[in-house]
Amino acid sequence: MNSPDRTVHKRHGRRVPLLYVVLTVLLLLSVLVSAGTGQLAIPPQEVLGSILHRIGIDWLPLPSVNAGDQALWAIRFPRVAMAVLVGVGLAVSGLVMQAIFGNPLAEPGVIGISSGAAVGAGISIVFGLTVFGEWTTAVLAFLTGLAATLVVYVMSRADGRTEVVTLVLTGIAVNAIGGAAIAGLTFVGDTQSREAIVFWQLGSLKGMGWTQVMIVTPIIAIGLIAAYLSGRKLDLLALGERNARHLGVNVELLRIGMILVVSLLVGAAVAFAGIISFVGLVIPHLMRMIMGPAHLSLITASALAGALLMTLADLAARTIVPMAELPIGILTALVGGPFFFWLLRRTRKRSGGWG
Amino acid sequence: MAARHIGLPTRVATGTVVYSATGITLERGRRRLLDEVNLEVHAGEVLSLLGPNGAGKSTLLRILSGDLDPDAGTVMFGGRNLKEWSLLDLSRRRSVLLQDNQLLFPFTVHQVVEMGRAPWRRTTLEDEDNEAISESIEATDIGHLGSRRVPSLSGGERARTAFARVIAGRTGMLMLDEPTAALDLGHQEAVLTLARERAAEGDAVLIVLHDLNLAAAYSDRIALLREGRLVACGEPTDVLKPEILSDVYRTPVEVIPHPTTGRGIVLPIRG
Repeated sequence: MNSPDRTVHKRHGRRVPLLYVVLTVLLLLSVLVSAGTGQLAIPPQEVLGSILHRIGIDWLPLPSVNAGDQALWAIRFPRVAMAVLVGVGLAVSGLVMQAIFGNPLAEPGVIGISSGAAVGAGISIVFGLTVFGEWTTAVLAFLTGLAATLVVYVMSRADGRTEVVTLVLTGIAVNAIGGAAIAGLTFVGDTQSREAIVFWQLGSLKGMGWTQVMIVTPIIAIGLIAAYLSGRKLDLLALGERNARHLGVNVELLRIGMILVVSLLVGAAVAFAGIISFVGLVIPHLMRMIMGPAHLSLITASALAGALLMTLADLAARTIVPMAELPIGILTALVGGPFFFWLLRRTRKRSGGWG
Repeated sequence: MAARHIGLPTRVATGTVVYSATGITLERGRRRLLDEVNLEVHAGEVLSLLGPNGAGKSTLLRILSGDLDPDAGTVMFGGRNLKEWSLLDLSRRRSVLLQDNQLLFPFTVHQVVEMGRAPWRRTTLEDEDNEAISESIEATDIGHLGSRRVPSLSGGERARTAFARVIAGRTGMLMLDEPTAALDLGHQEAVLTLARERAAEGDAVLIVLHDLNLAAAYSDRIALLREGRLVACGEPTDVLKPEILSDVYRTPVEVIPHPTTGRGIVLPIRG
């Protein structure tokens, strides 16, 4: 009854909310700072003041710079909101993928789902498709992303899990096909869409407006809710397919559902922001190291940390090079690449080879 | 699989047929892995499934647990065809311990045992969670490992954690595939004693075993399989006979009575 695990439980329980609080505070701060940084510098308290005035609270000063308020609401806020949304989408999709593939190295960029989704988005850009109105890009990105996920899922699994080598090699193949399709689109497209495709392959939050935010928000919300509802089942999946079944989980249904969730989240993130890799790898991994592998709390932590990372990455992308903007995908890959390296080596050492 | 739920399980009287498999046949290619197997498991008994390697013990367990459909024959569980059960209803009535217990992410021992309670979420029996978890942890002697991450444990400790998860479900039917394989002598006895206790409380226990002496000591009945066929099924004294065992295991065997208990001890005749 009074075994040591109970105290551990408590300690763990306290650590989790503390992490949430820290991440939330950091996220809010970075949002205020990021929104205030740019050609028009606006101090954080004025940014907050602008938000508070909008919701009817006359506290804190409004932006003192000329046209500061307009700049915030027309350009900065939608962009920061997009960074938050994309960060949530990428981090949570990475987490869910790792659960259904039973492999901590699964990530939308590495496996090629991002480039799969990019093909759909590219098609809508190059051919100027408007079948689904302003949703066209997102819908196409979702569909081709879903196709890519299904291909990886069918090709790389054996006995209910995916071995590291198979996963990475499948990723190379899918990325190659996706890359070829994107190259083909670049070839057929006119100069304008070519430039759009090239930049968007590098990943960027340039020019994001409220329209995009309004499209992406509900998609991310649906994906996030679905992930929460399945959180405990994802835990059981770690016991292996048969054990999960014996505990009442319809494993195939869960997997298909989660593949849809991943495609939604990745499609929403990629459709407008382009390919931003490694967020889905680094964030869930760090969170798992801090708070263990239980999925319900990992979803919250990954969403917060993903949003934080993307907000900071976007801030860096806009400010590192003066008067120019670095594509955000370069930054995440610069950090994520070496991390992936380290993870690969560690995984290999643990399993004593590529089991 | 039918998805309508039939509520929480009720305890059945000792001696009631829990499982009844008739004419179970399974073919893979031209091989018959199981050939017209008939087997009944009753509430309140420990039934051991014995047989040489490849006799079809684990395959039969897979079919009884609902993982695999037989090519012919039917399995009735709790008076209904096994196929009609929803996964959730099944999970509240029988727990299965597999031989291979992988864990893809580094959960703690406590978290893994807690997973055994998953079928009872949002039911009235959820209140028993903490009690069932600590009881299982204590019974399997892993209390000192509670906060350790399972991948860092030894093989035997991992096996005990898996066993604790299975018994934490508190279902009326236990299916255990070689629960003693990775365990030392003391823990082997402890696991089978626990199985006996569960049977005494009215649960049905089906165990796949390799050790004939453990089976002799702890089973109410023994079913002996060879090449997919049920060779013998009955009380240990009726099944564990030198002529039967020598034939099934293709090695000369003698059975001598234990000096004090009188139960049979199986020994291969050597040199």
